[in-house]
Amino acid sequence: MNIDGIKRGIVLDHIQAGRSMEIYHDLHLDELDCSVALIRNVKSDAMGKKDIIKIDDDIQVDLDVLGYLDPGITVNIIEDGRVVEKKHLALPEKLVNVVHCRNPRCITTAEPALDQVFRLTDAKRGVYRCMYCDAECRR
Amino acid sequence: MRSLIDITDFSVEEVTRVLDLADEMIADPARWRTAMQGKILATLFFEPSTRTRLSFESAMLSLGGSVLGFAGADSSSTTKGETLTDTIRVVSGYCDIIAMRHPKEGAPMAAKLCSDVPIINAGDGGHNHPTQTLTDLMTIRREKGRLDHLTIGLCGDLKFGRTVHSLIGAMSRYPGVTFVLISPPELRTPDYVLQSLQDQGIPYRETESLEEAMPELDILYMTRVQKERFFNEADYVRLKDTYILDPEKLRTAKADLRILHPLPRVNEISTRVDADPRAVYFKQTRNGRFVRMALIKTLLEDMQ
Repeated sequence: MNIDGIKRGIVLDHIQAGRSMEIYHDLHLDELDCSVALIRNVKSDAMGKKDIIKIDDDIQVDLDVLGYLDPGITVNIIEDGRVVEKKHLALPEKLVNVVHCRNPRCITTAEPALDQVFRLTDAKRGVYRCMYCDAECRR
Repeated sequence: MRSLIDITDFSVEEVTRVLDLADEMIADPARWRTAMQGKILATLFFEPSTRTRLSFESAMLSLGGSVLGFAGADSSSTTKGETLTDTIRVVSGYCDIIAMRHPKEGAPMAAKLCSDVPIINAGDGGHNHPTQTLTDLMTIRREKGRLDHLTIGLCGDLKFGRTVHSLIGAMSRYPGVTFVLISPPELRTPDYVLQSLQDQGIPYRETESLEEAMPELDILYMTRVQKERFFNEADYVRLKDTYILDPEKLRTAKADLRILHPLPRVNEISTRVDADPRAVYFKQTRNGRFVRMALIKTLLEDMQ
């Protein structure tokens, strides 16, 4: 894989330096057959240092998961070697089966078939609360 | 289809309509004797309760409806390993409305997602108890004539007390309300509740002294330190007798103070206070029956 230019795929840019491995795992990129490049500590005017992930295939990235992990990430969609779309992320309003409720008294601990649903209740502080028991999940 | 899982599921206007209807019902109970004839309420109590369950059953019977259900997980299919969601799917085929209590927080929300009939949360662990809150609001409004511009003291277990969290959430929606939060440090109001008050600009203060807070209060809401909320019995024993309201402590209280308690009490209000005209906790339980009648009627009529 030529990490300087991919023909068709996705580039995750503006990842906070040092977090690319975490994002690699949380997006399950280790399960892909295609080439994936993690580039760490790239010099950045805006961020000082940043990480970049390049995926050499047109996969569906879960933007909700990505927005929750790091809303500052830019998702570049590449076709014919050119950026055809830039997606800027925001904290998603709802997270389904991304994080688990840690409240031992929550119904989700007794009913494993329930979806783990968290809602964004305080965008300023990045606070999510369990839809069932209101327990907080801070980013 | 409407359910009542959290008191804030109802707007202030909807709460007012339920309280108005409850006032009509208490003024002339005979008028409503057949209002819910042919309807069935299921009371699913996965956790022991006396007054809440009986209050719901009394409410439905007073409206001419019928009641079925169980009192305690031991007498339900839970002992056979049935999930809550399966129980609700089955029972919602046998009734028109469900009132449920469950030890797990959020269980009524899980029930709502799979039910064909309205769900009323009759208490879910230390989380919410919205019909107790409706009862509290009805009692405050009937006693004080208003729900705004009141100084409300909440005393006792403010950490695990679900009635306290629901009442703070409900009263926060009325202008001019001030909260005085009286508890030992170990049973302080959770940070997220305080944060919510701060975000809304609602005045509150925390204190450990009931005596110090007493003179300014319009409402004193006493709570029990609940043994079942503690993992460690030693902590319960240490904290259970922190506040005991007696006639001596009431000497500095306003003449028009009203004392509420969700009941049952253990020893946090001396029986010597019962004869004081400011003590309204037994009136409060009576109001609970009528506000539940109003709620059942409101939710079932919303289905039609």
